[in-house]
Amino acid sequence: MSADTFAELLAERQVVIVCGTGGVGKTTTAAATALAAAEAGRRAVVVTIDPAKRLADALGIAELGNTPTVIDGPWPGTLAALMLDTKSTFDEVVRRNATDNDQAEQILSNRFYRNVSGTLSGTQDYMAVEKLAELYDSGDWDLVVVDTPPTRDALAFLEAPQMLSRLLDNPIYKLVIAGNRGVFGVANKAAQTVMRQLARVVGAYVVDEAIAFFQSFDGMEKGFKERAQATLALMGDERTAFVLVASPRGDTLDEAHYFLDRIREADLDADAVIVNRMLPATGLSLQQSNALHSSLAADTDAAGAAQALLDLVTAAAADDDRVAELSKAAPLAVLTAVPLLADDVHNLDGLRVIADLLTR
Amino acid sequence: MDPGRFFASSRVLIVAGKGGVGKTVSAAAIASAASKTGRSVLLVEVAGRSASAPIFGVEPQGYEQVIAVHEAEEGDPPRGRIALRSITPDQALLEWIAAHGFKGLVTRMASSGVLEVIATATPGVKDLLVLGRIKAFESEGAFDLIVVDAPAAGHAIGFLRSPTGVRDAARTGTIHRQAVEILDLISDPARCQVVLVTIPEETPVNELIETSFAVEDEVGVRLGPVVVNSVLPAVSGLDIDLASLDVSDMERAALQTAATFRAGRTALQDEQLARLGADLPLDQLHLPQLFGTTIGTAELEVLTDALLAGIEALPEADS
Ligand SMILES: Nc1ncnc2c1ncn2[C@@H]1O[C@H](COP(=O)(O)OP(=O)(O)OP(=O)(O)O)[C@@H](O)[C@H]1O
Ligand SMILES: Nc1ncnc2c1ncn2[C@@H]1O[C@H](COP(=O)(O)OP(=O)(O)O)[C@@H](O)[C@H]1O
Ligand SMILES: [Mg+2]
Ligand SMILES: [Mg+2]
Repeated sequence: MSADTFAELLAERQVVIVCGTGGVGKTTTAAATALAAAEAGRRAVVVTIDPAKRLADALGIAELGNTPTVIDGPWPGTLAALMLDTKSTFDEVVRRNATDNDQAEQILSNRFYRNVSGTLSGTQDYMAVEKLAELYDSGDWDLVVVDTPPTRDALAFLEAPQMLSRLLDNPIYKLVIAGNRGVFGVANKAAQTVMRQLARVVGAYVVDEAIAFFQSFDGMEKGFKERAQATLALMGDERTAFVLVASPRGDTLDEAHYFLDRIREADLDADAVIVNRMLPATGLSLQQSNALHSSLAADTDAAGAAQALLDLVTAAAADDDRVAELSKAAPLAVLTAVPLLADDVHNLDGLRVIADLLTR
Repeated sequence: MDPGRFFASSRVLIVAGKGGVGKTVSAAAIASAASKTGRSVLLVEVAGRSASAPIFGVEPQGYEQVIAVHEAEEGDPPRGRIALRSITPDQALLEWIAAHGFKGLVTRMASSGVLEVIATATPGVKDLLVLGRIKAFESEGAFDLIVVDAPAAGHAIGFLRSPTGVRDAARTGTIHRQAVEILDLISDPARCQVVLVTIPEETPVNELIETSFAVEDEVGVRLGPVVVNSVLPAVSGLDIDLASLDVSDMERAALQTAATFRAGRTALQDEQLARLGADLPLDQLHLPQLFGTTIGTAELEVLTDALLAGIEALPEADS
C-alpha cells in the first residue's frame, strides 16, 4: 500500500492532501506537487488557500476563483490552479442542496448563515473538502492536490465534511424544529426557555436569526450527510494520500508529531513527510566547526565566516536531531528533505526546483 | 526611551501576531524586561498548553498561576515578580455563561448546543471573553503589568477585532455591553498597548503591515513598537576571499558555504526590514535569531537584554 517514493505517490493517487502548520511551505509544496504531476503527464489541479501574493500572480490566480485556471507550460500533462473562495463555495453548496430557489435565497440572506460561512472555524476546511469532492467528481482531473488552512488540529480537515451535519444535529436545532412542527409539550417549552435565556445574553435579534437559520435548513440534512459520508470514504481509502509538511524548527516538528498521533486516531497515516527549509550541509560536524571557530577567532579577516559557520552548523545539528526523531515517528512514510533556497519561491521556476527536489 | 517609563505607560500589553513568529518568546522577553525595571508582571497565555513555562525554566501548572520569577530582595538589583497563567477561549465562554445567564436544567440539557449557537451567532465571542478575563485582572490590580500572549494561527487580527465584531453582531444584551466595555479598554492607550510581532520574511511582513493598519483603523488601538523577532545578528567580513586562509580544503569549502548562505539570507532579511520601515511608521525592536535547540532561561536573558537595549534606543514618546 505505501509508496516508496514521492514520484510513485504522484503517479498512483488521485487525491493528495497537503497538511501542516502555517508558514512551513504547505502552499508551495502543494503547487510544486501538482506541477510535478503535470510533468509526469497527468492532468493535475491544485486548490490553494491564501497563497503568497507573488506566487498567486505567477500562477495567474491573483483573484479568488472557484474554477481552475489552466497554466500553460512545457509539460506533457495539464496544470491548473485555483485560490479557494470559501464564501462562494459555501453558497454553491447551499444552492446545490436546497429543495428550491426560495429555500436557497432564504438561507443565503440569513445573517447567522453569513457568520457561519464567513468566520466559523472549520469552514475553510469544509469548503476545501467540498471543492476537492467537486473537482474529483468532475472527472476532468487525474490528480487533485489540496492545500489546507493553517490549523493546530490535524483532524479538522477530516472532520470538516461533517461540519454542517453536526451543526444541524445541535440540540437547539432539534428544539426549534420540534417547536416549529407543533410538537407541543416538554420539548417546546424547553425550547422557549432556552431561547429566552439566549436572548438575554446575546440579544433577541441574534436569536431570531439563529432560529430562522435552523428552520430554513429543514429537509436538507440528508443531502449533507450523504455527501459527508462519500467524501470521508474518498479521503479514507487508497485513492488519497496525506502529505505532511514541516519545517525542521522545534515548534513545527512538535506539531508534526501531534499530527501523526491524531491522524492515526482516525486509522489513517501520513503517506509522505516533507521537511522543508532544511539548512545547507557544510560537511563539518559541530565539534569541527567549534574548533575551527576558536582557531580563527583571532583572525580578523576570517572571523566573520567562522561565526557564520558555527551558527549554521549549530542550527543544522539541532535540526538534524529533530528530523531523525520525526522519521522514527513515521516509519512508513516517504521522508523527503527540501533545502531552504536562497530566495523565496514565487514563480514557476522556483516551483520547478521544488518539484525536482520532491521527485528526485 | 527609559524602559521604566516604557513599561509604565499602560497596565495591559497585548502581544499579537501570526502563528509561529515568536509571540510567546517575545511576550516572555517583554515580561522579563519589565520585571527588570522593578514591575510585577502577570503573563497570560491564551492557549491550550503553557508554552512559556519552559522558557522560564518552571513546570507548567495547567490553569493555576505559577510564579516564574520572585521579587528581588532588598539591596539586589530591581526585579519584579513574574506570574504565569493560561486561559482558553472555551473555558472563558463556559465561565462567563455560568456567571451570566444559564441556570440549572437548561444548562445541563443543552449547554454544548447553546455554546455552539452563541459562538456561531456572535463570531469572536470567545476571544472577547478572554479579553474580559484580562480586564478583570486589570481591575484587580494585583500586578503592575499584564502581558497577554494572544492566540495563535491566523488570529492576530481576529482577536483584536473581537470587541467591535461582537458589539456590532449582538446589538443588545449582556454580551453587547461587555464588548463596549472591552473596547474602552483596548482603545485607551493609557490602559492598553498592542505590540505586534513578526519575522523579517516576506509574507509575515506583509501580514504585519496589513494587520497594523486594520487594527488602528477598525479597532482604534494605538500600536506600540513592532517586535521583529529572529533577526540574524550582523556578521562582518562575509565576502572576503578565503583562498589564502591556512585551513584544509574541506574547512575552506564549509566556511565558504556558510558565508555565502549567511550573506544571502541577510540580504533577504535586510530587504524586508527596509520595506517594513518604509511602509509602516512604527518603531522597531529587534530580537536576535538564536541558533541552539531550545529557548530556556539563558536564551531568555539574551533576548531580554536585546529588548531593553532596543527600548533604550527608542525616541522619547512625544505624547
Ligand atoms: N529569536 C529566536 N531565535 C531562535 N528561535 C526562536 C526565536 N524566537 C522564537 N524561536 C523559536 O521559534 C518557535 C516559535 O516561537 P513561539 O512559540 O514564541 O511562537 P508563537 O508566535 O508564540 O507561536 P504560536 O503562534 O504557535 O503560539 C519556538 O520553537 C521558539 O523556540
Ligand atoms: N524550500 C524553500 N526555500 C525558500 N523559501 C521557501 C521554501 N519553501 C517555502 N518558501 C517560502 O516560505 C514562505 C511560506 O511558504 P508557503 O508555501 O506560503 O507556506 P504555508 O502555505 O505553509 O503558509 C513563502 O514566501 C515561500 O516562498
Ligand atoms: Mg499557505
Ligand atoms: Mg505562542
